[in-house]
Amino acid sequence: MNGQNWVISGARTAEGTPGDWYISDGHFVEEPASGGTRIDADGLMILPGLVDLHTHLREPGREDAETVRSGTLAAARGGFTCVHAMANTDPVTDTAEKAETIHDLGLRDGSAQVVVVGAITKNLEGRELAEMGLMASSRAGVRVFSDDGHCVMDALLMRRALEWVRPFGGLIAQHAQDSHLAGSGACAHESEISGRLGLGGWPAAAESVIVARDVQLAKLTGSKVHVYHVSTAESVEIIRWAKKQGIPVTAEATPHHLYLGTREIEGYDTTFKVNPPLRTDEHIEALRDGLADGTIDTVGTDHAPHAVQDKDHAFIDAKPGMLGLEQALAVVMEVMVAGGRMSWADLADRMSYAPARLGRVPGQGQPIRVGSAANFVLVDPTARAVVDRNRSASLSRNNPYHGRDLPDPVVATIWGGRLTYRR
Amino acid sequence: MKHLLSAGDLSLDEVMSLLDLAEQMHDVQSRSIKKLPALRGRTIINMFFEDSTRTRTSFELAGKWLSADTINISAKGSSVSKGESMKDTMRTLDAMGVDAFVIRHAGSGTVHQAAGWVRASVINAGDGQHEHPTQALLDAYTMRRHFRDALGAEPGDRPFAGRTVLITGDLLHSRVVRSNVLLLRTLGARTIICAPPTLMPSGAASWPVEVTNDFDAALPEADIVMMLRVQRERMTSGYFPSEREYIAGWGLTATRMARMKDSAAICHPGPMNRGLEISSEAADAANSLILDQVSAGVAVRMAALYQILGGEGDVA
Repeated sequence: MNGQNWVISGARTAEGTPGDWYISDGHFVEEPASGGTRIDADGLMILPGLVDLHTHLREPGREDAETVRSGTLAAARGGFTCVHAMANTDPVTDTAEKAETIHDLGLRDGSAQVVVVGAITKNLEGRELAEMGLMASSRAGVRVFSDDGHCVMDALLMRRALEWVRPFGGLIAQHAQDSHLAGSGACAHESEISGRLGLGGWPAAAESVIVARDVQLAKLTGSKVHVYHVSTAESVEIIRWAKKQGIPVTAEATPHHLYLGTREIEGYDTTFKVNPPLRTDEHIEALRDGLADGTIDTVGTDHAPHAVQDKDHAFIDAKPGMLGLEQALAVVMEVMVAGGRMSWADLADRMSYAPARLGRVPGQGQPIRVGSAANFVLVDPTARAVVDRNRSASLSRNNPYHGRDLPDPVVATIWGGRLTYRR
Repeated sequence: MKHLLSAGDLSLDEVMSLLDLAEQMHDVQSRSIKKLPALRGRTIINMFFEDSTRTRTSFELAGKWLSADTINISAKGSSVSKGESMKDTMRTLDAMGVDAFVIRHAGSGTVHQAAGWVRASVINAGDGQHEHPTQALLDAYTMRRHFRDALGAEPGDRPFAGRTVLITGDLLHSRVVRSNVLLLRTLGARTIICAPPTLMPSGAASWPVEVTNDFDAALPEADIVMMLRVQRERMTSGYFPSEREYIAGWGLTATRMARMKDSAAICHPGPMNRGLEISSEAADAANSLILDQVSAGVAVRMAALYQILGGEGDVA
C-alpha cells in the first residue's frame, strides 16, 4: 500500500512546527514528488493519525450493528488511522484462526489499520487461558489481549495470564469490574440518582478494588497491566500511586467518561447506558486531571455500536455501550485542550503515540516528520458543529453526543498515504 | 392530566382534587349497583408484564365500574426473552386505538419510556424499583380518612401537616417508598424512612425525609406506621443474616406495637409476609388500615382513570 503523493501546505504540527509536508510512497519525504495532490492547509493542524486501543467492530456476528468496513469508515471520519478490534465478537476471538480472519477482513475492508485484540480466556469465560501465544505468532500478530466486557475475576488466572504473555511482550488489558460488587443488575453509577431511579447501583469501588488488585499482580509478575475505561477517582489515585512505585501499569479513559455524567440517565435514555457507567463530576474531574498529568496514558473510545432493537428496552435490559470513534477527538479537544488542561502535543500523545506504543503497532503513532509513515489527520481547531447521529459512517445510531455543539475538527484523514476521509 | 407516571408530577391541588374525587367514587363502591356511565366507550388496557393481584384487579374493577371497556394482558417474563420488545407490544396495541394503558413492568423507567412510544395515556401501575404512584395516592387517601375520622381533623384543612409517617422495610427494592416520599412531601407530612443499612437506597439522605436504621427509636414518633414487604429471597442474597435477626431489628411485632402512639395506625401495601416484616397481631389489629388501603385502591384508581380519560357527568 503505497498511497498517493501529497503536498500539505501550511499545516502546523501538534508541537507547533509550521510548514509544507510532502508525502510519497506512504511516507513523509524531504522533497515534493511530481504529481502530488495539493491540500491547502493554512490554519489547520497536522496531527499523527489517531490510534484506538479499544474498538468494537461487531464483525463477525453482528454485522447489522457494525462491520469492519463501516467501523473503520467511522474511524477515518474521526481522524483514526488504526483501531484495535475487540475480542467479544461472535465467535469470540480466542484462537489464531479467528484472529487471522479478522486481520484479513481488515486488510480487505479497512479504511484504517485493523489490529486484532485477542481474548485472555477461552470464550471470555474467565476459566481457562486462550491461546494467546499462538494468536501472537499468527499472521494477525496479536499484541493486546482482553476479555473486555468481562473482568478477569480470578486473581490466579489473571496472574497466569500476565506471566504467560511476558515472553512475547503481550499486553493484558483489563475490564476492571468486580462482578459480585457490581453484578448483573448493576446498570447505573451508585449514587443518589440510581437510588431515586430505582436502578441497580454500580459502585465506584467495584472498579477500584480490581485496579488495586491488578496493580499488585503487575508488581508480583513484572508484567504490564493496562486498565481499560478507567471511570473513577479512586482508580486514578491507585494508578498514580502505582506508577510512582515503578509498577508497570497503564490506563485508558474514554471520551464519554471524560465528558458525560450520570445525570444523563435521568430520563432513562438507554443511549447513556454504558459499562462502566457514567459517573459524577468528582470522578470526571479526576479523570481529566489524570489524563492531563499522564497518570492516564491513552484515550480509547470503547466505540460500542448497537442496533436500535438492542437499545429499545427497559434500562436494565438494554445493551450497554455507545459510539465514540467519530467524536473522540472533538470531545478531548473540548474538555482538555480548549480549557488549557492539555496541549496539542499531549493530545497527540494520549490519542496516537501512547496507544501505538502500548499496542506495539509499527508505523502508527509516529511524529509528523520526514521518515514517518504517512498516517495523519488534518484538523481545523476552530470549526464547530451540532452533532447529528444520522450523519455517521457507523451502522448504529447510539451516539451520546447527538444534538450537542462540539468541535468539528477532522478535515481529512490519510492512512499510509491513502485518503480515507475528506470533509 | 395526560399521564400518571410519577407521584412527584402531581401538585398539591391535583392530589387534593384526586382524593376528593376518590371520596365520591368510594360512595359509589358501597352501592349495590356500582356502575357509572362516565367512561362509556373508552378502552383501557391493563398491561401487566409482571405479576399482580390487587393492583390489576383494582384497576380492572375501577375501569369496569366507570363503564370503560377494560382488557387485561399479562405478558409474563421479560419482553426481551419473549422475542417481541415491549416497545413493539405497546405500539401494536396503541395502533388499535385504545385510550389508556395501565402498565406494570419489572424494569425501572419502562413506564416513562412507554409514554414516549404511544399516543394513548399511560398510567404507572409500578415500574421496577422506581415508582407506584397510585399506591401512594391510595395510601394518602387512607391516611387522610384516618386523620379525619379517627383523629377528628377538620375536612379541608391540611390533614398531613404535623403528622409523621414512618416507612419501614425493604426500601432499596421498593417502588412504593419512592412514590410515597414524593407524595408525602407534596402533602406536607413529616416522613421518616427506616431500614437496615443493606436495604436503604443509595442517596436516601438527600431525599426530603429523615433517615434512620433505628426502628425502635422512630416508632413512638409515628402517626402512621407503614410496613413494606421484605422478600425472603433477599436473605439468601445476603441482605440480612436471618429472618429472626431482621425481625429483631425491623419487624412490627406484638411487643413493638406497644411502643406506638395510641392514635397511630398501621399500613401495609401488601402482599404481606406475616411473621417477617409484620406480625399477625399487627396486621389484624384494630388500628390496622390494611384492608382500608385495599378498598381505597379501587376508588383512587377510579378517580385517576376519570381524571385522565376526561370522564364527564356527575359521579354522585
